[in-house]
Amino acid sequence: MTGSILDTIHINNYLILASFLFSVGVMGVLFRRNAIIVFMCIELMLNAVNLLLVAFSTMHSDPGGQVMVFFIMAVAAAEVAVGLAILVMIYRNIGNTDINFLDKLKG
Amino acid sequence: MSQYLFYILSLLTAFSAMMVVFSRKPVYSVLYMIFCFFTIAGHYILLNAQFLAAVHVIVYSGAIMVLFLYVIMMLNLNKESEPHKSNIAKTAAVVSGGLLLMVLVSVFKSADGLAINPAFDSQIGMVEVLGMVLYEKYLLPFEVSALLFLTAMIGATMLGKKEGGAQS
Repeated sequence: MTGSILDTIHINNYLILASFLFSVGVMGVLFRRNAIIVFMCIELMLNAVNLLLVAFSTMHSDPGGQVMVFFIMAVAAAEVAVGLAILVMIYRNIGNTDINFLDKLKG
Repeated sequence: MSQYLFYILSLLTAFSAMMVVFSRKPVYSVLYMIFCFFTIAGHYILLNAQFLAAVHVIVYSGAIMVLFLYVIMMLNLNKESEPHKSNIAKTAAVVSGGLLLMVLVSVFKSADGLAINPAFDSQIGMVEVLGMVLYEKYLLPFEVSALLFLTAMIGATMLGKKEGGAQS
């Protein structure tokens, strides 16, 4: 039986990669004004967490982590369907998807 | 061999993730995002999670990103002259992202107890093992996620209707 990739690549590398992806997602949410790009950066953050869950699942030889990734994917798919419907509604109402125009709740 | 693959894949993942944020046109962002998802699927294959890699490609690259592309196409948003934030807001975004990365990395560096489990089982990423765990141990969350999908479907259909139809 062959060993896992984690014998040659230490888990710290996956930790750093996942934190980098998560930070890029956070930066993108703060950086862009287009709501669709902001939404995609949220997906990027979800994927960083997924990658880390799979890495730890392999490290501990526990399938529970990979099942959790399934549920995260299911929630992400549902979230994207509803979120994009909301974006289409916003576009229909205000004519663009710029988040700076979404200030109706501001006092 | 596999460690070079890991480093190449990691570089590609990091590069495409950065390009998602910094691309001028939204369609290029979506294409870089699809590329990023493919490299993450490559990481899953390296981690012995073959079934998850296939599901990831199908769900993310096949369904979610196509939905994004479809919305961008439908709303005709692919303009290069999209308004950008002020330079000070952009700098603040980059600085706060970098600070978050610094905090996360320093926390993970000081973590101990990350020893490799010597009893590695290469079969846990296979569909048999995952199916057994999913349908025995996680049966209730599985059913609840079906309910979630039903709710999301109804919600998306309701939101997609015209305003006048919702009022009458």
